Amino acid sequence: MYHAIVFLPLLGFLIAGLFGRSIGAKASEYITSGFLIIAAALSWLAFFTVGFGDGEAFTVPVLRFIQSGGLDVAWALRIDTLTVVMLVVVNTVSALVHVYSIGYMHHDPHRPRFFAYLSLFTFAMLMLVTADNLVQMFFGWEGVGLASYLLIGFWFKKPSANAAAIKAFVVNRVGDFGFLLGLFGVFVLFGSVNFDTIFASAAAVAENPDASGEAIFTFLGWSLTQGGALTAICLLLFMGAMGKSAQVPLHTWLPDAMEGPTPVSALIHAATMVTAGVFMLARLSPIFELSHAALLFVTFIGAFTAFFAATVGLVQNDIKRVIAYSTCSQLGYMFVALGMGFYSAAIFHLFTHAFFKALLFLGSGSVIHAVSDEQDMRKMGGLRKLIPTTYWMMVIGTLALTGVGIPLTVIGTAGFFSKDAIIEGAFAGHNGLAGFAFTLLVVAAVFTSFYSWRLIFMTFHGKPRASSEVMHHVHESPPVMLVPLFILAVGALFAGIVFHDWFIGYHHDAFWKGALFILPDNHILHEFHEVPLWVKLAPLVAMIVGFVTAYRFYIQSPDAPRQLAERHQGLYQFLLNKWYFDELYDFMFVRPAKRLGRFLWKKGDGTVIDGMGPDGIAARVVDITDRVVKLQTGYLYHYAFAMLIGVAALVTWMMLGGSY
Amino acid sequence: MTDWPILSTVTFLPLVGVFLILLIRDEGAAARRNIRNVALLTTVFTFVLSLFIWAGFDSGYAGFQMVEKVEWLGSGISYHMGVDGISMLFVILITFIMPLCILASWESVESRVKEYMIAFLILETIMIGVFCALDIVLFYVFFEASLVPMFIIIGVWGGKRRVYASFKFFLYTLLGSVLMLLAIMAMFWQSGTTDIPTLLTHDFPASMQTWLWLAFFASFAVKMPMWPVHTWLPDAHVEAPTAGSVILAAILLKMGGYGFLRFSLPMFPDASLYFQPFVFTLSIVAIIYTSLVALMQEDIKKLIAYSSVAHMGYVTMGIFAMNVEGIQGGIFQMLSHGLVSGALFLCVGVVYDRMHTREIDAYGGLVNNMPKYAVVFLIFTMANVGLPGTSGFVGEFLTLLGVFRVNTWVALFAATGVILSAAYALWLYRRVVFGALTKESLKGLLDLSTREKVIIYPLVFFVILFGVYPAPVLDVTAASVDALVNNVTLSIEATQAATLR
Repeated sequence: MYHAIVFLPLLGFLIAGLFGRSIGAKASEYITSGFLIIAAALSWLAFFTVGFGDGEAFTVPVLRFIQSGGLDVAWALRIDTLTVVMLVVVNTVSALVHVYSIGYMHHDPHRPRFFAYLSLFTFAMLMLVTADNLVQMFFGWEGVGLASYLLIGFWFKKPSANAAAIKAFVVNRVGDFGFLLGLFGVFVLFGSVNFDTIFASAAAVAENPDASGEAIFTFLGWSLTQGGALTAICLLLFMGAMGKSAQVPLHTWLPDAMEGPTPVSALIHAATMVTAGVFMLARLSPIFELSHAALLFVTFIGAFTAFFAATVGLVQNDIKRVIAYSTCSQLGYMFVALGMGFYSAAIFHLFTHAFFKALLFLGSGSVIHAVSDEQDMRKMGGLRKLIPTTYWMMVIGTLALTGVGIPLTVIGTAGFFSKDAIIEGAFAGHNGLAGFAFTLLVVAAVFTSFYSWRLIFMTFHGKPRASSEVMHHVHESPPVMLVPLFILAVGALFAGIVFHDWFIGYHHDAFWKGALFILPDNHILHEFHEVPLWVKLAPLVAMIVGFVTAYRFYIQSPDAPRQLAERHQGLYQFLLNKWYFDELYDFMFVRPAKRLGRFLWKKGDGTVIDGMGPDGIAARVVDITDRVVKLQTGYLYHYAFAMLIGVAALVTWMMLGGSY
Repeated sequence: MTDWPILSTVTFLPLVGVFLILLIRDEGAAARRNIRNVALLTTVFTFVLSLFIWAGFDSGYAGFQMVEKVEWLGSGISYHMGVDGISMLFVILITFIMPLCILASWESVESRVKEYMIAFLILETIMIGVFCALDIVLFYVFFEASLVPMFIIIGVWGGKRRVYASFKFFLYTLLGSVLMLLAIMAMFWQSGTTDIPTLLTHDFPASMQTWLWLAFFASFAVKMPMWPVHTWLPDAHVEAPTAGSVILAAILLKMGGYGFLRFSLPMFPDASLYFQPFVFTLSIVAIIYTSLVALMQEDIKKLIAYSSVAHMGYVTMGIFAMNVEGIQGGIFQMLSHGLVSGALFLCVGVVYDRMHTREIDAYGGLVNNMPKYAVVFLIFTMANVGLPGTSGFVGEFLTLLGVFRVNTWVALFAATGVILSAAYALWLYRRVVFGALTKESLKGLLDLSTREKVIIYPLVFFVILFGVYPAPVLDVTAASVDALVNNVTLSIEATQAATLR
């Protein structure tokens, strides 16, 4: 069964990729989508058998991989609760996106290629979440990067899409640089990259922390003790997570990635790939839990990203970019939870977020589809009556994202359970940055509510701002696109109510069965319930403040935002230009690298090496021979002559000196 | 079958082809076709025969196998051939690449076909000889002889600046080999033998090791090529005909790495340890420096040539990590680079044959009418970048892992190559393949022909196979590398114990 879950998408990719032209677009679509639906159904089966059963974690062997010296890795599928949760998320969203794309990509001539890429992505993501060692995880990690590159650049004629694709790949590689070094560190420290061995050693460390403070590991000249080494490794691995999950300062690729087709944004850049970093930390909870310093850093980055991305989301005008920054921000929430040692809440939010964020993206795709591929919200408005189904789906997504629910009860949308748990966890946590994180998360919650409702109001309410021709063509999407929205809407509404007891509540231990490791003195699971009442109400208040402000700005007095922007021109430009990160990187890295490259090529290789080396020698030899023997010969004789003299001199020296 | 001298047969079989080609006296098109057919059949037959070497190879045995030994020049210099886990796969790589090269020259070489094919066949014999020779004089003869056919291939069938490039190539490599010859003479005087297996067990005095190591290093570093003696490579690649570039990148560069493994490490272990930081430094500079330079190239072949130098940086770094992971990684990286860079040059050849320019700016949007080409080029680009699942990853990963165990700083700097390679390789791919097809001259281009598919698809297959399942290669090399690392470690420990006493 597990083989089928993981390898059916691969089979779909191979069929659509190799034979897409001969079997045609329709067949490619049905085959890939069909395989994915089967895989998704099997994933839910696995979810219920593993998550609600009482079996131990187990490993399904596949094939040998790399054996060299002390390194021994194999292809294998590690099945535990964390894996099956991810299987459900990945395969469900992927199957729905496949189906949705049949409608969305209807007019595209390259559909077999598109579906092949989608299936390739799904396969790589499945390899990532089922990995039983770090190398296989890295394979999936890079594999999803490749698929993301291909899908962002799917419309290869658009220069902006190509640029965004390269940017995504290269920025991710910066993170992978850290991942690789962290992986090597794990190997040196634990003697293995297989999770079973690492976790066993880590558990031993947890029971007997090394009190002697003896240096066991030298990294970049520092002699590190056990604690220091673990921190260094965790930080390096986290660097990989920052790249993949678009955390500051490696977030710049995600907004640009919106150049890809919208179903891709929903699948890769909202629901699955970008959560790989969160998954990685949860999977490695046995080692992250041992390093307070690393968790502190994770908290800081997460909280800062949650806040930063929310501020930028406030002023964006591209409907997809607003949602992209929202994704970035929500990932920040997940990292805060991880930083608090509240791994289950992070995964729970990952799980619910997949539903409502995919819903929002696919919904916005439906909007874009309706208004003739326009993405600028300033040219939308008044669409509510024309595409009511899409409108209500987007509203459901927004309710879930903003976390609407009734505090102190168990009635609420998906985000109400997962997001509020993280905010409460941030308050209850013992991490030194808990207060900082809590404050930023609440502020970010205000912003989240504001930009989400702003999106709804600008797109669906008010007067139409599109040309009458576009308005004339506005149409509701076909059922093949709407049915996936309905399914996701069900998840967005009810995933929290149904599953919160298992993920973060009473049944926590029975559900996870040790797949997430927490130290005995980590009591966050109980403490987050026992926060003061005002903390529990804070997210609700934040949400209402955001909603009311958005309502005043975009329904009651539509001129207000413009006036405000003009009054605070500096701040507005700062936010609109995304805090100038792109400009800064261009100035700090891209241009110097190019200048240095040109300099090394022309001056280093040209003037210095060739000048002093072959060209220089050739010139000298010509000079000398011209003077000494006025022979008119070709180059070869000059070289041979010089060589002969050299050999003669060396042989003489050796014979006479005899000092070999 | 055991008595059959299979190594000599494989080595000298191409010369039979040379002889047959010499019999063809005619000048017409029919004669040219016959010459090509003879060359192709010879190389294919050699490849098939070489598979028996692999089949008969005992990967559990660390020493030399299929040994042949005949008295040759007197004073102990013998014709001595044999392979071990380090050299065997290179022989297969040569015989595998060779028919592809002949096919790649099928239509592009029209002048002096006879001489061209003869040069390639002779080159094949020489290259196989380098990896099989177990006598240091025999090795030297093959090693040096490889210069001549390559020099001629570049100088006669090359591009506009072929004379400059071929002389630069010749000058650099000859300079290195002269020093190696001196070292070989010194080794003979000191140990009284030229037999490699005997020399492997001989202890050279530490002071002598230093300069012997340097002399060998001069030769191998040029061949690799290592920074700063790499500048011949971009010029040679740019001017060489496609098949010449393929041979250069796939095989000739590997002689340097092989030399380090066969001579420098096992024969001069103390010196190798002494010079380890030096090699690490040059390797890091090579990786970062040439990657940055590659970023700015405007010529496709030059860009790939610079990326080759960077990849060879991983090889030297891994070899001199002197542990099993690093050395196996280095060997794997050499074999994989042989497939990948060879394939990349073949890909350049495909468009060069159509457009007769290597300027990156002359291309763009090829995916529109060459979709199959776009796919294979993408696969090789990704392999060049070291994407897991392609053979490029395994070598890069193991060398970095090996070196991380020795020195984390080196691993840190070398790992930046992971970022830079992605930048230059994707930038190249984007400019050549993606984008709209606007240039008038490109609109009539046809996708891969059947002949081109026959050349390129096997490479795709092996690049992915060894990326997913590298075991066949790692298994073959394991025993010999283990033994090598053991010997090196033991003799280093012995020296250190001696100095302490």
